[in-house]
Amino acid sequence: MKKVEIEFTINDKKRKLSVKPNDLLINIIRNDLYLTGSKYGCGIGECGTCTVLLNSEPVLSCLTLAITVDGKEITTIEGLDRGDELHPLQKAFLKNGAVQCGFCTPGMILTATALLKENPNPTEDEIREYMRGNLCRCTGYNQIITAIKSCENKLKTS
Amino acid sequence: MPTNTKILTQEFEYFAPKTLEEVLDLLDRYKDKNTKILAGGTDLLVKMKTIDLKVDYLINIKDISELNFINTDEGLKIGAAVPLSHIEKIEKVKTKYPALYEGIKSMAAIAIRNMGTIPGNICNASPAGDTVPPLIAYGAEVKLVSRRGERTVLVEDFITGVGETIIKAGELVTQVNIPEINKNSGSAFSKKSRVKADIAKINLAIWLEREGNLCKDCKIVLGSVFTKVVRAKKAEDLLKGQAVNTDLIIEIAKKASEEIKPIDDVRSTAEYRTDIAKVMVEDTIKIAWERAGGEL
Repeated sequence: MKKVEIEFTINDKKRKLSVKPNDLLINIIRNDLYLTGSKYGCGIGECGTCTVLLNSEPVLSCLTLAITVDGKEITTIEGLDRGDELHPLQKAFLKNGAVQCGFCTPGMILTATALLKENPNPTEDEIREYMRGNLCRCTGYNQIITAIKSCENKLKTS
Repeated sequence: MPTNTKILTQEFEYFAPKTLEEVLDLLDRYKDKNTKILAGGTDLLVKMKTIDLKVDYLINIKDISELNFINTDEGLKIGAAVPLSHIEKIEKVKTKYPALYEGIKSMAAIAIRNMGTIPGNICNASPAGDTVPPLIAYGAEVKLVSRRGERTVLVEDFITGVGETIIKAGELVTQVNIPEINKNSGSAFSKKSRVKADIAKINLAIWLEREGNLCKDCKIVLGSVFTKVVRAKKAEDLLKGQAVNTDLIIEIAKKASEEIKPIDDVRSTAEYRTDIAKVMVEDTIKIAWERAGGEL
């Protein structure tokens, strides 16, 4: 299949890549750009581990064709820190024991950034509702909810 | 052979037209081939990965600005490229079309709703589609456009079976139109699923119009109980023109549960669906009736 050149911004950097129409965004991000924070989990939109932000909105990179992000902006977990300073949500996840095996964490945190941008002061129910597409098999979710809750009203700069 | 969902192996030609005209040209040119529209991709790509749905030509409509509009002047007119999550944020959807709002909110999770669209949900034609019962309840129609002209079809008539619709090769669903709603109307949506983000075991939308203590008109629409989303018309007939009270609602709910023909499948059983339909219809009529300003 013929490759097509696309250009997009990922974590504030412009990148040009040649992709095939059937290349999935998750594989381009991991295998071509070596950003292995985003995880392949189920591949069918059930688990949320491949979540990335596309023009600031969470989407599933395992169900997105790379060719469709031409001209768009992507943020992965690698794009959240500021140099040596972790993102407030990353710190909160560590502090509250919300990271155990860590596989779901990138998707969890990216979805949580979108939640707090939309709703800076969510209730526990609102957090559970918004985060329901990101599955975690370790924590039992309570630590994750606590971590997100501890970041309310803290994300004004991001 | 086990299914590998990590990659997409099948090859196809991809188009990203910028205008509706270009889409229609492409659909016309490839009308005899396996041509598919890509909007959200949340159903399409899963099918291409897991059941090897064959696609020769893929046309991405997500970035066509002509299809990315929401008009709330009279009723609701929603373009085919609008993601579900944008629709749930519209004030008029929340206040005047609560069954649609609740239906969309019940779907999967935010990432999927940032991708998926209403026409995608309709064209996928799953008996469990969550926007379909509210759309049928509100009397919504889809606009179909092709090089040969255009037509509008009620959502109720558009879907004919599991994965089957009356769309013809060369046609595109460009928008969904939902009629303006009378202020004495009330509506509500209800769904049972194994976990919150899941596909429905059974779902239900009710719309009714109140005149004093009478129910002037109504629609009772159930999903996941047949090969397509269906209206419980005998139950509707029991409600139309009647003074609404709790006993009547219980009778209607029983009738609706007798009318449906659910099956056993991976998500639930016919027995459970029949039993729970009765409870859901009863509860949801009450909510819709109260939203219409009625008292019980």
